[in-house]
Formats: sequence, C-alpha cells, structure tokens
Amino acid sequence: MLMYEWLQKDDELRADKAQTAGYPFGFMDDGAKKEIRRSILKAVAIPGYQAPYGSREMPIARGWGTGGIQITLSIVKPDDILKVIDQGCDGSVNAVNIKKFVAMVAGVTITTDTTAATIIQTRHRIPEERMTDQQILVLQVPYPEALREVEPSEIETRRMHAEADYSRMWLYLYEDIVNYGEITISYRYPVTVNGRYITDPSPIPRWDVPKLHMSETLFLFGAGREKRIYAIPPHTTVAPLEFEDHKFRTENFSGKACTRCGATDTYLDEVIDNAGVGRSYFCSDSGYCDKRRKTWNR
Amino acid sequence: MITVDNLSKNFTLHILNEKKIEACRGISFNVPQGGFLGLLGPSGVGKSTVLKCLYRTYLASGGAIHYNSATYGMVDLATLPDRAVIDIRDREMGYVSQFLKVIPRVSAIDVIMEPILARNGVTRDVARKRTIGLLERLRIPSHLFDAYPATFSGGEQQRINIARAVSWKPRLLLLDEPTASLDKYSVGVVLEILKELREEGATMIGIFHDTGLLESVTDSVYHVC
Amino acid sequence: MEPLIRIRNLSKRFGDGCIRCLESTGPQHDTNLCSCCGSVMACNNVSFDLFHNEALGVVGESGSGKSTLVRLLHFEWEASGGCVELHQSAWPCNLPGIFTGGSDYSCNLLGLSHFQKRQLRNALMGIVYQNPHIGLRMHVSSGGNIAERLLGAGWRHIGRMRHRSSELLEKTEIPVARMDEPPCNFSGGMQQRVQIAKALSNNPLILFLDEVTTGLDLSVQARALDLIRNLRSEFNLSMLVVSHDLGVINLLCQRTMVMKSGHVVESGLTDQILQDPQHRYTQLLVASQL
Repeated sequence: MLMYEWLQKDDELRADKAQTAGYPFGFMDDGAKKEIRRSILKAVAIPGYQAPYGSREMPIARGWGTGGIQITLSIVKPDDILKVIDQGCDGSVNAVNIKKFVAMVAGVTITTDTTAATIIQTRHRIPEERMTDQQILVLQVPYPEALREVEPSEIETRRMHAEADYSRMWLYLYEDIVNYGEITISYRYPVTVNGRYITDPSPIPRWDVPKLHMSETLFLFGAGREKRIYAIPPHTTVAPLEFEDHKFRTENFSGKACTRCGATDTYLDEVIDNAGVGRSYFCSDSGYCDKRRKTWNR
Repeated sequence: MITVDNLSKNFTLHILNEKKIEACRGISFNVPQGGFLGLLGPSGVGKSTVLKCLYRTYLASGGAIHYNSATYGMVDLATLPDRAVIDIRDREMGYVSQFLKVIPRVSAIDVIMEPILARNGVTRDVARKRTIGLLERLRIPSHLFDAYPATFSGGEQQRINIARAVSWKPRLLLLDEPTASLDKYSVGVVLEILKELREEGATMIGIFHDTGLLESVTDSVYHVC
Repeated sequence: MEPLIRIRNLSKRFGDGCIRCLESTGPQHDTNLCSCCGSVMACNNVSFDLFHNEALGVVGESGSGKSTLVRLLHFEWEASGGCVELHQSAWPCNLPGIFTGGSDYSCNLLGLSHFQKRQLRNALMGIVYQNPHIGLRMHVSSGGNIAERLLGAGWRHIGRMRHRSSELLEKTEIPVARMDEPPCNFSGGMQQRVQIAKALSNNPLILFLDEVTTGLDLSVQARALDLIRNLRSEFNLSMLVVSHDLGVINLLCQRTMVMKSGHVVESGLTDQILQDPQHRYTQLLVASQL
C-alpha cells in the first residue's frame, strides 16, 4: 500500500479531538502566532537576514523541527493542504509525527503529492517538482548561522552580517581550494541572498541550492532551538559562493538511475546492501518517486 | 644666492640643569651664485654650527638665512617649515660631513647611485656610468664597488661620502672638513671634482682645516669668531 | 604641497574622565594617568600632518601613546575626540564620495560608520604589528593571509589572487614554494615579512609600522629594514613608523615626532631631533642612546 493511502485511512487525524482537549486553533495562542508572523514579515522584508523570535515550547524536543513547526502553525489555515517530508521522504517517523500533530490541531488535509500541497514542511530537502507561487516551503534549520564555521562568537557574527564583513568566509573557501583543490562543503552550502546577506540554506544538498534562485515560491526557514527565522522571498537572487575560476557545481549522478522508478534527473540516495557490497540508488523524494512509478507501471 | 644675517645659535641643556651653551653669534655673510665661501676660525669656534644651521640640522636661535631657492624663491631657511626644508635638501642643497653615515647593507655603488636615481630622473644605466666614473676617479678599487662601506678605511669611507654628495649635482653644497682624512692625491682629485661642479654653476660653502688649501680653493673667506 | 592626511587634536581616553584629567596628565607630570579619576589619557590632543610618499617617525617609550595613535588612525579603536581629514586625491574611486562643498579635504573620518571605516581601511591602509600573531592568522596559509585582504576588496579569481600573492612574497623575499604553508611554521623574521606582504596586498597609500623590528635578531632586523626602505620608493607609500629605537627611525624617516605621556613634545626633521633636541625629554632620549 502506498504512503498516502495509509495516511488517509488513519482516523486519528481528527481536528475535533484537539479542540475538545482545549487547545486553540494551531496549538499556539494568538499572541504567539502574532509574534511569529511579525518575525516572518521582517524576515521576508530583509531577505537572508536572521530575525530573532521567542521560540515557544513544542510537544517535540528541540532539534526535531520545532522551528519549522512554529512557522507552519503560525501560517496554517483550516483549508490548507499540508505535506511534511524528512530527507525527502513522507514516511519517516518524524515527518509522520509532525503531519499528524498539525492535522490534529489545525484540521488540515494531509497529502504526499507536492503539486497538491499548499504548505510543505521539509527537513533537509527541497521537492523535485517545481513549486508555484500558491505554495510555501517551510524548512527546518538546525544551525541558522552560515558564518559559525569561521567564527564561534555570536556577537562577532552579528557584526559581520551587519557590516557585510564576509572576507573570513571567503578565506575559508580559498583555503579549501588550496588544500583540496575544490570547495568541500556539501550541505549547508553558503549562498548570498539578494546580493547582501550570506545565508545558510539549511542542510539541503548542493543539488537543491539552484532551486532557491528566482523561484516563484516563498521559502521560510525556522530554527527553533536557535530562535531565528529567515526567508527567501519569490524572485530573489540567490547565488552560491563561488570563484570565477572555481565555479559551484552540484552532485553528479550520471550513469545512475533510481531502481524504483528509473529517474535519471533526481537527487538519489545510495543504499548499500546487507553484504556491504552492492549499491542501489533510490529517489530521495519519495512522493515524486511514487508518482513516477504509478505512471511507469501503467 | 645665500645671505646669512646675524645668525646665532645657543643650546639649552635641560638635563644638565638648564645649562646654556653659546655656539656662535653675530654671523653675517653673503655668497653670490657660483661662489665658494670658506669659513675660517679656531677649533670649537662654531664653524660646523653655522653649516648645520644652514642645512637645518640645527635650529637657529636668532637671525635669518635668506636663500634664493629654485623651488620656492626667496626663503628664510631658519624659519622654513620642515616639508619645504626636506624638499630643498632633496633637490638643491647637499651636505658633506666629516664622516660617512653608514647605511647597513647598501653597497658602495648603491649608496652613490640612489640619490642620482631619486633626484635626477635618469635611467639606471646613466646613473651607474656616472657613479663608476666618480669611483674610478676617487681611486676606489673596483672589487669594492659592491662591498658595504662599513668595513672600508676612513679615507675610503670619506671618498664615498663625497661622491654621494656630489653625484647628483646640487645647486648649493655645504662641506664640513671634507678632506680631513684624505691623502694628498685624493685631496687633489676631490678639489678637481668640486671645481667641475662649480663650473656647472654650483655654489659652495666649506670648512677646511688646512688654511692654505682653503685660501687656494675659495673665492672669499669669512672669519668665524 | 598639501598633506595627504591631516590629524588635529586626536585624543583617546580609557576610563570615564573628569575635569582634572587634562591638567593632571602629560609630560610635565610624567604620567598619563589622571590622579583624580584614574582614567588614562593615552593620546592627548595629538596634531600633525602626513604627506605623500614620506616616512614619519614616532618615537617614545612604553606608555607614550605611540601605539595608541596607530590603532586610532587604523580605525581599530574609537577616538575620544579629534579630527582626521583625508585629501581628496587620496579618496578611493570605488567608494562613494564624502566631500562637501569645495573643500579639498574630506569630512572628519572619525565620524564615519564602522562599515565606511572598514572600507576605507581596506582600500587605503596597511599595518604591520610588532607581534605577527596579531597581524596574521597563524593557521591559514601565507598566501591565504595575503588573499584575505584581496577577498575583502572583492577579488573573486583564485588564479589572479595567487599570482598577486606570489608577486608580493617574492618582493618580501619569501620563497614562493612556501605560499601554502601557514606562518606558524616560519621563523620570526619570515613572519614579519609575510605581514609586510599582507599589508601591501591591496596597494595601500599609508603603511603603519608598529615596532616592526623590535625583538628580531640583528641581521633579520637589517633585512626587514632594507625591505621597507626599498618598498617605500617602489610603492610610493606614506609610512608612519613607530619605534622606540632611534636608530631605526634615523634610517627610515625624514621627519620624526617625539611622544611622552600621550603628548607630542617635539617634532621636526629627524637629524635635527637627534642632533639638536629642544625639549627636555628628547634630550634625555638622545643622550640615552647607545
């Protein structure tokens, strides 16, 4: 049975259950939602800038997506259609828990179809199917500070952002090239948003970084533990840090295809068999893979 | 070209309980363009002091030094601002001291070439040729050209010193006992070089310990007392 | 000829300050510590001009305020008062202009924002510290240390940056083959030369040298001073040379300032300062020279 069929059968997804327990719509009170929306607005007004906010207690521990959840709960409406993925997969424990929770406190419909969703909350991947201006992507962020690698002090990184003093970050990349021949950062690849702030796009792979540039969709980034929200609004330039003679490149999957659906143009997960020898590849975006299988099987 | 008017110089030694030393006073003379004035007087009377006041190594305590500068026109060297003095020293006024101020690790040939390159704006080749010509005339052995003058004998050092001061052809040259440590032959060569410089229009003021030499070389003499 | 940079009444006070600070500190009291409130008047009404292509020496003992002066002019520390003006001709063409009216000089640079000061510093100034650990990142490659200034100025081509780094390393007599080694592997003299290369990387107009040869072996010191002399004529630099060693000042500088307890007690031509010192303290200094 496919994922979405199983979910639709789950009769625990009942909004009225939550309301009888005494929670307001969307779990958080109005004051909390207002504050978070204000921070979101500020973040959207200053693309790439990390807006601080008062991160509330969630029924999930820090480090499991509380930032993403708070954003989702602040913007969700009863008629929204929600998709939640974790490393591209709709069926991981974390994704399922979050999905069920939001459905319970906001009464939204759940889906695994990227094109059908209005809000997609994601951990560490952007869906393969191009999103539209009617959709919002909410990304879960563990470490919002792109400069943490070169500077441990928060006061100093804030000053660096304020003064656009990014030479230390560029120096880090230069040293990578000198020591290894190329930039070795794989996920959390630093990008310059709107020509101003260096931003951490969260631990998405390099493959997904180009999707941020001049997109139709609003991208919201929430870090619950670090208490920061930032945003990349639609039609914003997002440029990965690169040198004129060492350009940015994404992962290379040439010669490989997904075992399940045959795709050669998606981000693939590498799976090693029990003997530790054989390698097979699967689309990381499970929802997309399922869709392709449906048409492929026909 | 240069007129000294009632120049005086006192030293106040604060660290020796404000002891006052009078080095010279009432100095007045005039040197026309192209002239050569000799300063005469017993040892310690203040001849070097006068030259140093002209070169602005000493700050005059009183009086004026009127100098007709090619860069600035008629100026009073005693009160001229520092930058202008540096300019004049760079472009017009040279000074030959009794001893070579040794710059570590600069070879003899570079010591002489540097001022030519900096001030005359000629190519390295031209400067080099002129330098080697001077060094040969002053009988500095060629194997010493790229050696460091710190290890030369007193006479050799002084010959380098003189070469350095005349190589870039200053308009006004101040000489403080330039030939004191030289042998007779070298003295002759130096005087020849000075004569050639004068023929090109340079003005000079000099102190020579040998009165006979002084009187033979200079146009006029001023007694410092 | 007009000065490149005009400094007027520059002051730096550490501490809250009180009305007695000015009158109870200075060379006549032999201290820069205010007896009333405990504030330190590190720099007190320092005024001077720096011209194009000249080396200005600053002599003084520890606590005279000479290093403070350098840090203030390099925009590392906030001044407590004073005015620093730059001549129009020196203003970097890629920065928005700050010249008002018909004046040849900028507004007071001390009043600019941190961002503007940093841009100005990157474009115009280079600094070499006494301790290379302050001026260099010890665990970043030497080429990287030099490239950091270029990166700050917007260079984005690795090949060109490495080329420029090799040029500078050659000029400072460091083997280019060691470009990718970190300075922590180098000797003290070599570390100083990497600092010099780094300071020159963005073609500054003004170079600050803060006790650069203090603590180096004699032969190493000589080599560093040689280098600095040659570089000045080659790069057309203005230099502010801070040292307590009169020999170094004599070698490098045509004009010198003498500082004590935060004040400039005397300034003039270097040979005049050394041979005909006027101020009591300068005479003491010159008499103490080995």
